[in-house]
Amino acid sequence: MDKSWVRRIIFVVGLLLLWQLIAMSGLWNKTLFPGPLQVIQRLSAMVSDGSIFIATLVSLKRVLLGYGMALAVGIPLGILMARRDWLEQTLGMIVSGLQALPSICWLPLALLWFGLNDTAILFVVVMGSMVSIIVAVTDGVKNIPPTYVRAARTMGTWRLPLYTEVLLPASLPSILIGAKLGWGYAWRALMSGELLFVSLGLGHTLMMGRELADMSQVIAVMLIIMAIGLTADRAVFGTIENRFRQRWGLAKT
Amino acid sequence: MSKLSIQGISKRFDGTRGEVWALKDVSLEIHKGEFLVIVGPSGCGKSTLLNIVAGLEKPTEGTVLADNKKVKKPGPDRSVVFQDGALFPWLSVQKNVEFGLRRIGLAPKERTERAAHYLGMVQLTQFKDNYIHELSGGMRQRVAIARALAVEPQVLLMDEPFSALDAMTWESLCEDLQQIWQRINTTIMFVTHNVREAICLGDRVIVLSARPGRIHAEFNIEIPRPRHIDDGDVARLAQQISRAIKGEHGHHPEELLYG
Ligand SMILES: Nc1ncnc2c1ncn2[C@@H]1O[C@H](COP(=O)(O)OP(=O)(O)O)[C@@H](O)[C@H]1O
Ligand SMILES: [Mg+2]
Repeated sequence: MDKSWVRRIIFVVGLLLLWQLIAMSGLWNKTLFPGPLQVIQRLSAMVSDGSIFIATLVSLKRVLLGYGMALAVGIPLGILMARRDWLEQTLGMIVSGLQALPSICWLPLALLWFGLNDTAILFVVVMGSMVSIIVAVTDGVKNIPPTYVRAARTMGTWRLPLYTEVLLPASLPSILIGAKLGWGYAWRALMSGELLFVSLGLGHTLMMGRELADMSQVIAVMLIIMAIGLTADRAVFGTIENRFRQRWGLAKT
Repeated sequence: MSKLSIQGISKRFDGTRGEVWALKDVSLEIHKGEFLVIVGPSGCGKSTLLNIVAGLEKPTEGTVLADNKKVKKPGPDRSVVFQDGALFPWLSVQKNVEFGLRRIGLAPKERTERAAHYLGMVQLTQFKDNYIHELSGGMRQRVAIARALAVEPQVLLMDEPFSALDAMTWESLCEDLQQIWQRINTTIMFVTHNVREAICLGDRVIVLSARPGRIHAEFNIEIPRPRHIDDGDVARLAQQISRAIKGEHGHHPEELLYG
């Protein structure tokens, strides 16, 4: 084990100890400031009655659906926007405008259009992540060395094959950046949505903790939300990214 | 029997600092099987001319005929080796060489065999599964040559393919390119700013002058092959030609040699 991990572990253990000590000191009300032991207890209760798994699954299903749709629309649109001036001049303007709009601002509109249901929240998630995916992919495709396209043309590659065999693979590193950004936005958008209106899911479980004045549950769910976000970022995107970097010979970060 | 016929080509760029005539009335015939080299200082319009022949750029005036057909767009009958190779980093060496082969209608098995054949010709068979970033600059240009040859073009266009290489790699590639050319008997149009390289490689050397790019002089090179970049004959002729250009034009020979 290398040194950085020793430091991390000492830090975390110290933090937990400090937290427990403060909680036990009685400085604050126990219900408002539970210690780590209480949080762990609450967490294991939610694990054994299965409620945390259901909430996690519901949230994951929503975010994956919305995120998948955002990728499916955002990547092709991003590539096209980089290649077609008229698209960039028209749709590009709207996309830059939407970038300035926090995705949760779509919620009132979504509620009126779709009602208090999953579709409304899906809409918010898609709008939140698609815009950042489009922007990152467009930037990436624009930065493809022009000689790739020229070389492909001299070998008789036009139209669809030019997109699938050159532009798409050439922009994969930036698509990955877009996908990562998009994931972050999708996850945030979903959590804000779930906090704001009643439904299953982690955000809702978090809000339930507040309503029941169950601080341990609030903190436990916050930890789960962080853990899922981190896992996606490190385990999923980190692994894909490293594979790319090796193949393309880019420096490791 | 012209393979390529360049007829009265002029090219104007409308840049931010006004218009630039990159080429002015360039006419030139390239014969079947010929190794033609165009040499000139950088910025004289060599790449522009080559790109027009490739179909990557449109001339302002004039036409290019390839096998008596007017050039309208790029195609595998005129494949290009670019200065930076323009290889695809997401493909292995083998797949890079196979890239153009599907478009010209080869079946998967033929593609593999064809690519293997040309990789053998540039002596890279053992690197076929490597990725581009794992190769040296010289090896990359060899892959680029194999990729351009694999589509079996009517004319091979080469835009300063050796200008970023170290001296030793440069020497050996100059020799190998001559060998490959003799072996497959193709037509080559090669562009460079280096007079010695031009003389080492070309059957015929066309000197282009700058601003606007015009044909300034033409030399038939009769030194027997294989020629080496350090041959006395090559060096002597390079000096004579540089001096001739300098005498007529007031240019310093270094300008031509190192662009
Ligand atoms: N796309 C372009 N727009 C404006 N000017 C250009 C463009 N491409 C080339 N030029 C100009 O045309 C001239 C010839 O360029 P180029 O053919 O690249 O020269 P060479 O390959 O001999 O170095 C140069 O003066 C260059 O600045
Ligand atoms: Mg050039």
